[in-house]
Amino acid sequence: MKYFLRRILWLVFAIFIALTINFMLPRLMPGDPAIILIQRLEGLEPAAINAVRNAFGLETDKNIIIQYKDYLIDLLHGDLGISISHYPTPVWNVLRKALPWTIGLMGISTVLSFIFGTLIGITLAWKRKSRISDAVLGLFLFIRSFPYFWFGLILVYFLAFNNPIFPLGGATKVGLMPADGWEYIKSILYHGILPGMTITITSMGYWILTIRNNMINVLAEDYITVAKAKGLSMSRIKNLYAAKNAILPSVSGFAMALGFVIGGSLLTEMVFSYPGVGFMLYQAVQQQDYPLLQAIFLFIILGVLFSNFIADLVIMILDPRVRDGAKK
Amino acid sequence: MIKDMLKLFITNRKALLGVIILSIFIFIAVFAPLIAPYHPKQSSDQEGKFQLRAAPSSKHLLGTSHAGYDIFSRLIYGTRLSLMVGIVTGVITTFIALTLGLLGGYYGGVIDDIISFINNIFLVIPSLPLIIVIASYITIRGVWPIIFVLSFTGWAWGTRVIRSQVLTVREREFVKVAEVLGEKPLVIVFREILPNIISLVMATFFTSTIAAVIGEATLEFIGLGNISAVTWGTMLYWAQNNAALLYNAWWWFLPPGLFIGLLGTSFALMNFAIDEISNPKIRKR
Repeated sequence: MKYFLRRILWLVFAIFIALTINFMLPRLMPGDPAIILIQRLEGLEPAAINAVRNAFGLETDKNIIIQYKDYLIDLLHGDLGISISHYPTPVWNVLRKALPWTIGLMGISTVLSFIFGTLIGITLAWKRKSRISDAVLGLFLFIRSFPYFWFGLILVYFLAFNNPIFPLGGATKVGLMPADGWEYIKSILYHGILPGMTITITSMGYWILTIRNNMINVLAEDYITVAKAKGLSMSRIKNLYAAKNAILPSVSGFAMALGFVIGGSLLTEMVFSYPGVGFMLYQAVQQQDYPLLQAIFLFIILGVLFSNFIADLVIMILDPRVRDGAKK
Repeated sequence: MIKDMLKLFITNRKALLGVIILSIFIFIAVFAPLIAPYHPKQSSDQEGKFQLRAAPSSKHLLGTSHAGYDIFSRLIYGTRLSLMVGIVTGVITTFIALTLGLLGGYYGGVIDDIISFINNIFLVIPSLPLIIVIASYITIRGVWPIIFVLSFTGWAWGTRVIRSQVLTVREREFVKVAEVLGEKPLVIVFREILPNIISLVMATFFTSTIAAVIGEATLEFIGLGNISAVTWGTMLYWAQNNAALLYNAWWWFLPPGLFIGLLGTSFALMNFAIDEISNPKIRKR
């Protein structure tokens, strides 16, 4: 219970910090992007200019603590401000359309990447003396060194442009609606394969390396030697004795990895014009839609914090040291 | 200790390959004007204007861009800034991580609490979105803002690893002995602790340099760099924004990415070698 409470406390606290950072960032920046923006948006309605000023904390008549209070109250009411590029649509209404696409694409790709990466990593560690294993490891070190977006570009070029097996971008065929049922779902899956492949392959290297190192460390433990001496079957040692213990640190490394995966999938969406949060972030940057930009940033942090929390809970269930420590 | 490390490093096949690749890139960067056939912003010569989006030929090894620039020359000149940003950011990041890690790990107490607290926050914030948000608020476009943003967001992981290593090293006997002998903290930190975490410092440098090279390319690709600078990232930006893909101009977007990947691989190889050397379990027996 103590562990659980501590995790909850940290979650609440971290969310608070995230909100504060989101509030402070635009106010800490040198120069005055708001003025530049207002100049650029010449001819914008006064209400929109006001929205920009609010987003930047340019209400000089209010002091920063009152601004902060207003900001928190607005957030509690789900008010994230007005989008500049989609004026006068509220940011939340813009963002809401993008969230399901990203959560779906990223969720599935991350799970696939974790499963494949872990399986490959375990095998590589088990057969670490073979040349093939060395080559596979080298290949993934190599893939990991490329910018995600470039890898996406290559896939588009070879599998969508040169050989039009997959669509160039987008999430569904233009004109298809959810009402089209099965056709619609098929189209989503078809459009999701390339971006999904990009995220899965590029993020797999992380899991492979982590689990391989863990596994090699575990294989050097005394109880593995004892297990071998007892004459247990190799597959039993590999799966039940070694792999089970090697996976644990991998789960707790989830927090770190998630940052990579999110970065990767944001860029992948940009390359594939996939209508998720990443592509929206790209557009917000291009159009200097700061309220939208900040809302996206906030949602990404919240997403990471909650995923971390879930990973912590999974560890609590898997790891007796944490679980029993919590019972005392 | 450090000499042994270097010896092990050079005899490690992976490290050697990494060093060779990196040396080639440094060579290219230094002698760019001699290697590149044209100036990166040259779009014509005595024979007249260069053909736009020309396919690779003997005149243009990697073809030309939409503005008629020679891609091969841009690639060669681009090595300079790309490599510089990567290494400078790597050095700054490692320096911050080392300073904070040593401070927190050695002194403990309130200093450590504050450092760990900020560190934990930076660890959970995914770096790429943070980088993009900060970079889009900075209105000056150029290489230095990129170095600043990447260093500001990149130190957390290194700090954490170095700090926890310092924590274990400072409990070792030789440190205790030095303390009893009345050595000054600075002397202990630099003479007793630092040599024992040097492999970790190197690993931090390699990792953060890879991250910086990729981070720079990413920011520039999105258009948050100085688009008139010649780097691998801006090459990709121009290629993407001028539909290189649809013109089937593979020579335009393949090479910069390949160079980024190769440079990253060279650091990854050295990093992997450090891992093998400092963790004998991973080394092949």
